[in-house]
Amino acid sequence: MSPTTPGTRVAGLHLAEPVMLAAGCAGTGREAAAYAPLSTYGAVVSRTITLDARAGSRAPRVLESPAGLLHATGLPNPGLTAFCATELPALVQAGARVVVSVAGATPEEITQVVRGLARTSGVSAVELHLCAPDAAEAGVLAPRDGAGVSEAVSAAAGVLPPGVPLLAKLAPVLAGVAEHARAAAGAGAAAVVVGGAQPALLPDGRPAGLSGPAVRPQALRAVHAAATALAGTGVDVVGCGGVTVAADARALLDAGAAVVQVGSALLSDPTSAARLVTDLRAGRAPDDHT
Amino acid sequence: MHGPVHLTAEVLSGSRSGAFTQLTLAAPGVGERFRPGSFLAVSVGEPGERTRLARRALWIHQVRPLGGHATSVSVLVDPVGPGTRWLASRARGDRLEITGPLGGRVFALPKEPVSTLVVGEGVHAAPLFALAERLRERDCPVHLLLAAPDEAHLLSALEARRTARSVTVATLDGSVGTRAPAADLLPDLLRRTGAAVVYAAGSTPLLHAVARAAEDHGAWSQTALTLPTPCGTGLCLGCPVPVVGEDGVARTARVCAEGPVLRGDRVRWDDLVGAESAPRTGTGEERG
Repeated sequence: MSPTTPGTRVAGLHLAEPVMLAAGCAGTGREAAAYAPLSTYGAVVSRTITLDARAGSRAPRVLESPAGLLHATGLPNPGLTAFCATELPALVQAGARVVVSVAGATPEEITQVVRGLARTSGVSAVELHLCAPDAAEAGVLAPRDGAGVSEAVSAAAGVLPPGVPLLAKLAPVLAGVAEHARAAAGAGAAAVVVGGAQPALLPDGRPAGLSGPAVRPQALRAVHAAATALAGTGVDVVGCGGVTVAADARALLDAGAAVVQVGSALLSDPTSAARLVTDLRAGRAPDDHT
Repeated sequence: MHGPVHLTAEVLSGSRSGAFTQLTLAAPGVGERFRPGSFLAVSVGEPGERTRLARRALWIHQVRPLGGHATSVSVLVDPVGPGTRWLASRARGDRLEITGPLGGRVFALPKEPVSTLVVGEGVHAAPLFALAERLRERDCPVHLLLAAPDEAHLLSALEARRTARSVTVATLDGSVGTRAPAADLLPDLLRRTGAAVVYAAGSTPLLHAVARAAEDHGAWSQTALTLPTPCGTGLCLGCPVPVVGEDGVARTARVCAEGPVLRGDRVRWDDLVGAESAPRTGTGEERG
């Protein structure tokens, strides 16, 4: 193991660190910046942006589950125009390499959002969120088959300029991972993001996602499946799901991920991702999950 | 100094106070940034053995020099669920992973020396004593209403008697003070004290009553919300509170990042009460 991590290439981008902050776990960005400069990370994925503003779901949105967090936020966001006017410049100003997470109710709406971002400076990449666990309540597409993934990815990839790659965030449900990954790659995604929230229900019966250490072994398998399916295509895998310490990140990288995302770990320790960057750089891989 | 810090704090003491446990922490950098109404997000469980990942929000009760520590920080824990029971059992020498002080908006102090009514319910009265001191420093007369279901859940008013011009105590079972829900006493207290501002921390129904009574009386209200804040830091977007913006437009704010103290007339209380599907304790703890 080399003593330093000399940057990473993913989806054609050169990232200084193999660690990204995951969508929806960095607030507006400003809150995360209180604990470490946003330039600490390879990239910061914004909260998911839709064409129009969304108020998000009613409470409870986030609940504890053993070694995990259940979440059904309904994707609260200020909408494309307000995001580009306020949050995006603030993220850039704070030193972030910005990946904008987007979702839409239809392929046409996805095209509109991505086209808007394509005209905006400061966007390093777009992450198309195709696996909102509360997609129906949030009113966004979450395709169940390869054809649906292909249609959605095409709607986004077709309007991005060269140099702004598309990442497709796919459901980590094992039966579909390989098919969805190949469909995304075939439709123009430069990378797939795999391993996030597992489908679950809140106690009140609303669909939700389960994230955190509880899903880490499932994330590992989903990343391995996606990496196997995409071997030789040149399309990268971004791994996420319960990454807390360097050993978790190493496991995902070893399973075929080019970089990892940190999400729910930030919610119990907002300094965890910055420590992960330091530990990966130093070649340390503490496995005690502190 | 601005902004919260994340650190492992040493427990300097843990002592019982009625139903509550008061924990005093050595937390360098936290006390220096404290303002009344700010809170700590605290992790539950030993590092490496953690399975409860939502953080518990605890009001900062007191900041003072202690022993060799320039500032120590005290919090009060009401043990209502597994997480808060674990926290309440911490003792001297234990360590707690904390983030704080948190809160985008804390209690706003009046610019003029106006009369104030300060209302605290149960463990949520914790941030109000420091507030009362700040108000007195500004020559604002303080009238304190402390409420609880019973004496065990009532914070001691002893220290507040030095600061407050009047102290009213109300319990639901009548074990101490007036036997009445706090909300029932508000109109009369507002009339008697001529309060221009009401500060309150407690359950959502009480805060709603405070906002309503203040409005009827022509007073401002500053309500400290006690809804669960899973991360406390503004990162998870998981603590929605329905509000009305200055422009009159309905919005959804985050309790932790845009609150926890909001003007009572800015909260859409009916939507908030309707949205609550389960009993809450305000510490992020589900009952049971």
